[in-house]
Amino acid sequence: MKRVDFYPTHRHGDFLLRAGRPYPFGASFVPGGVNFAIFSRYASVCALVLFEKGELQPLVEIPFPTEFQIGHVFAMIVFDLDYENIEYGYRMDGLYRPHEGHHFNQETILLDPYARAVNGRSQWAAQPTPNNPYPHRALLPYDDFDWVDDHPLEKPPEDLIVYEMHVRGFTRHPSSGAKYAGTFAAIREKIPYLKDLGVNCIELMPIFEFDELENKFISPLTGAPLVQYWGYDSINFFAPKAGYAATGRYGMQMDEFKALVKELHKHDIEVFLDVAFNHTGEGGEDGRTISYRGIDNKTYYMLRPDGSYQNFSGCGNTMNCNNPVVRNMVLDCLRYWVAEYHIDGFRFDLASILGRDSAGRPLANPPLLEAMAHDPVLGKTKLIAEAWDAAGLYQVGSFPAYGRWGEWNGKYRDCLRRFLKGDEGQVAEIAQRIQGSPDLYTGRGTTASINFVTAHDGFTLADLFSYNEKHNLANGEDNHDGQNDNYSWNCGWEGSTDNPEINALRQRMIKNAIAILLVSQGVPMILMGDEVGHTKNGNNNTYGHDNELNWFDWTRLESNAELYRFFRNCITFRKVHTALRNQAHFRHEDYVGSGYPDISFHGVEAWQPDWAYHSHTLAFMLDGEHARGGLEPDDTIYVAMNMHWEDHQFSLPRLPVHQKWHTFVNTSVPHPNDICTPDKEPVLANQKHLLIAARSVVILVGR
Amino acid sequence: MEIVIESLKDIRIASITGEINSRTTSQIEADILPLITPNCKLLLNMRHVTYMSSAGLRILLLLYRQINDQSGQVVLVGLQDMIRDTMAITGFLDFFQDYQTIEEGLGALANWS
Repeated sequence: MKRVDFYPTHRHGDFLLRAGRPYPFGASFVPGGVNFAIFSRYASVCALVLFEKGELQPLVEIPFPTEFQIGHVFAMIVFDLDYENIEYGYRMDGLYRPHEGHHFNQETILLDPYARAVNGRSQWAAQPTPNNPYPHRALLPYDDFDWVDDHPLEKPPEDLIVYEMHVRGFTRHPSSGAKYAGTFAAIREKIPYLKDLGVNCIELMPIFEFDELENKFISPLTGAPLVQYWGYDSINFFAPKAGYAATGRYGMQMDEFKALVKELHKHDIEVFLDVAFNHTGEGGEDGRTISYRGIDNKTYYMLRPDGSYQNFSGCGNTMNCNNPVVRNMVLDCLRYWVAEYHIDGFRFDLASILGRDSAGRPLANPPLLEAMAHDPVLGKTKLIAEAWDAAGLYQVGSFPAYGRWGEWNGKYRDCLRRFLKGDEGQVAEIAQRIQGSPDLYTGRGTTASINFVTAHDGFTLADLFSYNEKHNLANGEDNHDGQNDNYSWNCGWEGSTDNPEINALRQRMIKNAIAILLVSQGVPMILMGDEVGHTKNGNNNTYGHDNELNWFDWTRLESNAELYRFFRNCITFRKVHTALRNQAHFRHEDYVGSGYPDISFHGVEAWQPDWAYHSHTLAFMLDGEHARGGLEPDDTIYVAMNMHWEDHQFSLPRLPVHQKWHTFVNTSVPHPNDICTPDKEPVLANQKHLLIAARSVVILVGR
Repeated sequence: MEIVIESLKDIRIASITGEINSRTTSQIEADILPLITPNCKLLLNMRHVTYMSSAGLRILLLLYRQINDQSGQVVLVGLQDMIRDTMAITGFLDFFQDYQTIEEGLGALANWS
């Protein structure tokens, strides 16, 4: 029997209509038609605008009659739509009083905040049609992907090795050999590479629809216009970026991305999304109206009393995340990505903004963060905060966590960099950092700490040891953009050089960094390209460059095979050794009766760490019997870090009888003896003393 | 769009010409669904399919699901490169066996019991 609501009750021209359901927001398929529902608290009238795909002028505009409005929601069912060939938007009218926060303009056709696929930039950087009255158009896609038995992987966070990646940058370089370079499909082609490297989680820089053409700067070096390459200026939070899909021009970006996630899961690789809910791509007072501003400016944005935009994001506007309506949108969005796309985790860009109230004040108990932590659908999703914002709120160690949230540990990054380059006063802090920062995350375990030394923001690892200063002229802002505190060291020459000693030192410094990162407790994150020594020529803010600065150069896999091998073996080493992947912080005592504490610190003399301000050396030993609380015993691991500019003789802690030290890593030794294949480490000749060269790291395995 | 149906022993061959999109899927349903019977063997000749939209991919998967339910078997033959790529990239091809020639497709179906 057909349902009563299968029948239209109203008509507009040739279009048959019926009052819609206010929930869910967005466009959803119902028997015989499509239900359109959109919220606006302040709009006085609203019309649904339908286009035939690609046509400049609308096919029809259907006003919502009063009886199709419930509360602040306009809801209507339109029957018999050829949904595959329709693009839809809304036209709203109301007050235009910017000083009171209202920006209604009935000339503008508006993108549905709940659109699940958006047309208009379906081929990366293709020039758009001029005079298009509606440049970013909502589509009517099916969410019926056949996942068969796929499911988010739910790996224990302490087992993750995260690889931060830009979708386009990973395969856009001609050397990638990918058939559809720069797309989701091309990542799928490169899964064997990710498996070989050994990472088990990729964190994708923003993949929500954005406008790559929105960048006003010109490169003073090349004269070429810059683009919005990184993609942090979302124009919609539900739609995957069509220009990242080989099939985007057919509107199949949803299926393409889901197929990628499914395939990554099949290969035991999790998928995290870097999500920027803190602002939108509509900019500030001088920005464009695409969606939120024209639908309900006062609800979606944090405004000052004079109606101007608060700018905690540094990007012109700030999403009003703790407004209950916006909060629900964010939650709907995250649930959607988990339920429909099987996403394993999220990294929240400038997450501290999500903890500010509508006036911008930091909240002690932010409802949005609490709701995410307790949401049923997000129950097993990893939630990671970039625990600061662009207006000075810095919450590393104090981000409201509700037992759920992890953090990008900016203090890990800064301390490791300073320790590596030989700054004084770092030894006591680095001891905390390599333990998973128990000083910051008491009671939250090691996995609250996402450890990293480089990320998309800032220098690459190769540049960290090639430049003292940022070199951002190519960004068109006279080198004013980008961070100034990089804690970098050029090893004696600013930029690239033929000097073999400097180059050898740089390579060793990179190895020191990655070796320490991968033996630290917590969740390590690696930046795409660092494994082959990718350089951005000292540019530490390459958000606008669709060129070699941001493209992974696959020829480096051969030219820097030495470094790639070092990364790969360090990753394997981490996976082999449970002692490196504890969930709980160390107790600094022997609680399994092995005769050794779970972790112990050492210096040039065993059992005597030098905590002095001027110290540059530290060694630590992880007792294998204590690995994972003694439940998954492991070999014993000893790591000696000599960041001094002089060699030092270290005396080694004595192992139980019948056990011997074996050398896994010695970064001062030339390739190929800098690192071994894990489990094939040779016995150390002198079991009592070891000369550790200046600025080098040694990792020993006791078994 | 045009669909020609032939039989070769216990195998049904449906040759499709034109575009498969939201406007033509109903014809696929009308012409091909009746061929889906218990243990059926179906060969879809796609050589002259010039475009498949999202709805087109979905109708193929629906056919596959129903054939599966009836313990039948389906093969695709002669997919044009662009369409084959699109199907592979979006994951739809994972569900199908596809062959270049009708002979290969018939051979695969004949060997299946």
